[in-house]
Amino acid sequence: MTVASLATDAATARRSRYGSISRDRRWALRWSYFFLTVFAIFFLMPPVYMLITSLKTSQEISAATDPWWVHNPTLGNYIELLTSPTYLAFFRNSALVSVIVVVITMLISVPAAFALSRMRFWGSATLATGVFLTYLIPETLLFIPLFKMFALVNEYTGIQLINRWWVLLLLYPTLTVPFCTWIMIGYFASIPKELDEAALMDGANYRQILTRVFIPVALPGLIAATIFAFTVSWAQFLYPLAFTTSADQLVLPVGIVTSLIKGDVFNWGQIMTGALLGAAPPLIIYAFLMDYYIAGLTAGATKG
Amino acid sequence: MAQVSLRKLFKRFDDTEAVRGIDLEIADKEFVVLVGPSGCGKTTTLRMIAGLEEVSAGEIAVDGEVVNDVPPKDRDMAMVFQNYALYPHMTVYENMSFGLRLKRYPKDEIARRVQEAARILDITELLDRKPRQLSGGQRQRVAMGRAIVRNPKVFLFDEPLSNLDAKLRVQMRTEIKRVHQKVRTTTVYVTHDQVEAMTLADRVVVMNRGRIEQIGAPNELYHAPKTRFVAGFIGSPAMNLLPCRLEEDDRGLRVRLSEELALPVPPAHAARYRSHVGGAGLTFGLRPEHLTENKSNGGSPLGMIDAHIEVAEPLGMETLVFFRINGLDVCGRVSPNAGAREGARMRLCASLDNMHLIDDATGAVL
Amino acid sequence: MVDAALQTPSIARGASRRSALRRALRRKSTIAFLMTLPLILLVALLVLYPALYSLHLATLNKSMERFVGFGNFLFLFKRETFWMVVQQSCIFAITAVIFKALIGFIVAHFVHNIPSKGQRKWRGMLLVPWVIPPAMSCLAWLWLFDPSYSAFNWILDRLSIAAVPWTGDANWARFSVILVNVWIGAPFFMIMYLAALKSVPEQLYEAAAIDGANWWQRMWYVTLPMMRNIMAITALFSLIVTFANFDIVRILTAGGPVDRTHVFATWAFRVGIEGGDLPLGASVSLFMVPILTVAAIFILRDIHRRASEMS
Repeated sequence: MTVASLATDAATARRSRYGSISRDRRWALRWSYFFLTVFAIFFLMPPVYMLITSLKTSQEISAATDPWWVHNPTLGNYIELLTSPTYLAFFRNSALVSVIVVVITMLISVPAAFALSRMRFWGSATLATGVFLTYLIPETLLFIPLFKMFALVNEYTGIQLINRWWVLLLLYPTLTVPFCTWIMIGYFASIPKELDEAALMDGANYRQILTRVFIPVALPGLIAATIFAFTVSWAQFLYPLAFTTSADQLVLPVGIVTSLIKGDVFNWGQIMTGALLGAAPPLIIYAFLMDYYIAGLTAGATKG
Repeated sequence: MAQVSLRKLFKRFDDTEAVRGIDLEIADKEFVVLVGPSGCGKTTTLRMIAGLEEVSAGEIAVDGEVVNDVPPKDRDMAMVFQNYALYPHMTVYENMSFGLRLKRYPKDEIARRVQEAARILDITELLDRKPRQLSGGQRQRVAMGRAIVRNPKVFLFDEPLSNLDAKLRVQMRTEIKRVHQKVRTTTVYVTHDQVEAMTLADRVVVMNRGRIEQIGAPNELYHAPKTRFVAGFIGSPAMNLLPCRLEEDDRGLRVRLSEELALPVPPAHAARYRSHVGGAGLTFGLRPEHLTENKSNGGSPLGMIDAHIEVAEPLGMETLVFFRINGLDVCGRVSPNAGAREGARMRLCASLDNMHLIDDATGAVL
Repeated sequence: MVDAALQTPSIARGASRRSALRRALRRKSTIAFLMTLPLILLVALLVLYPALYSLHLATLNKSMERFVGFGNFLFLFKRETFWMVVQQSCIFAITAVIFKALIGFIVAHFVHNIPSKGQRKWRGMLLVPWVIPPAMSCLAWLWLFDPSYSAFNWILDRLSIAAVPWTGDANWARFSVILVNVWIGAPFFMIMYLAALKSVPEQLYEAAAIDGANWWQRMWYVTLPMMRNIMAITALFSLIVTFANFDIVRILTAGGPVDRTHVFATWAFRVGIEGGDLPLGASVSLFMVPILTVAAIFILRDIHRRASEMS
């Protein structure tokens, strides 16, 4: 293989017309697909297994004939869960919390990102990096002092902050806002400055520049940030576990883990169904808005 | 009425001075071009007029009122940016009407103005398109339309043609001039291209290193430059500038360019130059079109130069010839059938009525 | 003297102009500040203050009435469980991140190699572990590891291999935790590395090919240097997140067997909230801080270096 054909390989690979790809290239592709399939099996196996189990009756599960195939598929588990008031309460709580947190997050992040990326003021650069750094303070460090702080608030003001689902509305934004602000700063910064100046000359004040120019132009970033905030809120486990205990206050992840596992008897069919349904919203959003989802992830690092 | 005055304008960025003392009076309806190399302060000056940069010292006044503290949106000026700065998420119609919509003009008034501007610029069929569907020239016209629609006191252009290809640039230049004739608004136009300056301006302001070198009508700048910079900047190909000495003998004043070559100074100029005879630090300036092939031309004194042509550039309507005097490159323009070729020897005559003499110490043209 | 006299009137004019200007400036700054105020308040009250408060908490006794200084810390130092937790947290984090980075890098390359039309599909499939809420997928793994019904053991049985006590035996439990961690996190690395791979200009590879480089040399001299920054930042991020991870251990093993899989987060929860000793729990959490700070410093340095490289 001469250097010339190496170069042509690169070119033809880019154009990817099978007819003109050399043998070496085709073998490389076959190996790629082979390994990709192996990894895909590895990555997709647990969710598939969840689905399989969710379609089994308890008898079939305990019979333990073949864990990897359903012989008597049933929707019984789904029907039971979707008509169970407890489970629906979990779902409702999760949905409420997630949606409201998304709104709160965007209301805080977008103006802050606009101010930090466009309006140079004293300390704006330090603030931007500082915001980013707070994202590195894990919730596993904060949950204990927060617990005590909320207990103290209860003592002094009588406001019950423990064991109420809306406490999560205070806590989740600490996880979503820093990163969402970071994403939005990246997107806003990529809007050419001349656009602001044109708007200024056209007679817009800062609020109008934000709402009529920046937000529409940075819409992909907004969507990505929204998706991120929703997914993080929906998947939260530690904060709700620490701060909510009564069954009617629980959100989905905690609810499934604690309520469906009663004593020594695990109703795995239901647990898997519950878990699958619980994983459904993020998966559905991902399926439809995959590009925005990925943009949100990579924006944080590559735009850094 | 939109008359703009700049008085003792200064702009300091941290520790560099971008603009050092600009005084300029722009009359109503005048088309003024600020031209100069990169970094000369022309864009900064324009942005100060617009209100996009704060003034470090000095005053900007419109119709007699000082506007230093007036924010851009209240100055009633419109700007056309180098990169067009069109709002990518709006259609052409929405782009052009944005300023008016912000000020809550009635819908029919907006429609009337946009249609009128679109007609002037010939973009009526583009009104529903988005910027990404337009070519460079079309975007430029939309940017101008956005400015026209607002009917401002002053148009500001920031190197609007720099991003267009050469052919389109020539076309748009004519468009801009045509629009100005129709709309007749005071215009301040910034460019680094002296051809644009010459073709568009009522008056040209040549700037260099934050200061004004010369202000004048295009022809004035071309034929009567006041400084070395202006002489070398205006005109393409550039004026030939050669160090020289001034000699006097019984035949009159002569300009000595090299051991072998001295050209006679026409009597008209001699009077001005007499005081500099013998001194050092003089530069001789002659435009290439005044260095051409031997033509029988009675009357004005002509200097003859024997040139050994090094490079010949045929342009069709003329041929540029490059040769050396005293090791320095000199350019002349000869007719295409004068037989100019690499290596040829030609006799060129310099029409010395158009010569300039520059004092190196002050940079002033004598 | 003359200069001063000439200057004074313009200074007077300038002063009034300057104060008007300053008013305008202030307006812009105040608006900007107000826009960032909610963010600042949120971070200050619910992140920074609790972080500092935990320092104070850690110095109190169990009933939070007495100040005991370093008492909690000394108590922890003497406990064997504590040192196990330290060891486990570090080993989990480092091992998991290494494998995540490796797998992510390899898979990213394969995805990058196939024609771009198919890439989207594969990318979509391979990111799924990251999209599913960790708590849900941990339940699936818990079921897969179940002592009696493990689907894996079923396969092993078919191959006549002895069943593996995935969560029952200490070392297997540790392996399982790391495995699940890698399963969840590798796709994230893949996505990041894929983005980085795509940002390497094709021309560099062409130049290298013309210079006679084989694939390994191209990787070493072109790919890795260009990807260095992303790799460093992603790895550091992941180190912090993995180190502080709670969900996986909690659901999979609850720290067992016999505390052999506890990490800082889960042990702090056990001790602080379940055990009712908040100050002790806070002390445990605080031990994460030194390691997190070191990682944060490296990240900051990297960001600054990248920013100055770009400009």
